[in-house]
Amino acid sequence: MSERFRAAIVGASGYGGGEVLRLLLDHPRVEVVAATSRRHAGVFVHSVHPNLRARTKLRFVTPDQLGAADVLFLCLPHGEAGKAIERYSALAPRIVDLSADFRLRDAAAHRRWSGEDHPAPAWLDRFVYGLPELHRERLRGARLASGVGCNATAINLALLPLARAGLIGRAVCDLKVGSSEAGISPSASGHHPERSGAVRPFALTGHRHQAEVLQELGWIDLHLSITSVELVRGVSCAAHVFPTRPVDEKSLWQLYRQAYGAEPFVRLVKDRAGIHRYPEPKILAGTNWCDVGFEVDGETGRVVVVSAIDNLMKGAAGSAVQCMNLMLGLEETTALSFPGLHPI
Amino acid sequence: MSTATTHAVDCTECAAPVTLARTPLLGEVIRCGDCGVELEVTALHPLAVELAPQVQEDWGE
Repeated sequence: MSERFRAAIVGASGYGGGEVLRLLLDHPRVEVVAATSRRHAGVFVHSVHPNLRARTKLRFVTPDQLGAADVLFLCLPHGEAGKAIERYSALAPRIVDLSADFRLRDAAAHRRWSGEDHPAPAWLDRFVYGLPELHRERLRGARLASGVGCNATAINLALLPLARAGLIGRAVCDLKVGSSEAGISPSASGHHPERSGAVRPFALTGHRHQAEVLQELGWIDLHLSITSVELVRGVSCAAHVFPTRPVDEKSLWQLYRQAYGAEPFVRLVKDRAGIHRYPEPKILAGTNWCDVGFEVDGETGRVVVVSAIDNLMKGAAGSAVQCMNLMLGLEETTALSFPGLHPI
Repeated sequence: MSTATTHAVDCTECAAPVTLARTPLLGEVIRCGDCGVELEVTALHPLAVELAPQVQEDWGE
């Protein structure tokens, strides 16, 4: 019988941790040995994640009760993993941190975008940015991987082929996102009478995921605005690119096929027929897909690239499990093959 | 116009290879599996296609 790796999820009561737990419970090579929550210690995990009822009898434990494991998923609020990385690294040889703490390689950039000094700057260089489409070979066998920003992932995968080809003169990215991006903690602005039906611009400038895109795609003239819309899960990114040289759609097909033809979780969606002819986040709920499509404005030369993901999956837990598979030498797609629901 | 010697031809729109299980008829409309565009068979030897007239939808414009 194949070895089963022992995984523990720290901060498992949030949406990201819940999704990691859901995925790992169906992973044939992983056993979940612990799920921590200070607030819910002693409670069955299905009391917080009701979709997992009858899938596991696991109860939350406090972080202090955490024992050794083969891999730790840190799903803590931003800033917490950085403060305790020495302790967590003593518990497991491999860590995937879903927070923003170890995504940026540069401590000055971390301070600029988070407003705080990094608590463990010496660790920044040791983490691999956790997007396999960018760092697959470095992730194979790696011991430390960061998570990815959901909005950054939608942009990175939309723009990567254009960035590699040096085609981005300026990119203006308009993202529409679901309410689960705000996390599990309730707020007055998230109260149903306020939130329902709202089209709420919440980060017109200065969103910190911009830093991840600049780090990963290199210096590009990037502008980013985010609006929260009537979705629970999902990110839809429309990236308006003003290219450095004229480009037509056939050459974009070639460029994007070259970049993503062999990728297990990126699909090109640009269809003259069918129900959803461009990427649609609704049908990606629960999946690890990133769908990408594009169009060229024949009048102005502007290129519009559209991408869609489930923010909790490809934008968080799905990519994290994909990283874990690579880190452990497992088949990259294991436990991530759910194709989504239709209709939904 | 794109051509090929077998029952395969490149899509004029996205350059994806479009393969056919049988010999098509002249004037037959086939669909590209990648971009969904409809292609009209304009020659058989060699096989050639052109973009067929597309049905446009009015999304409230």
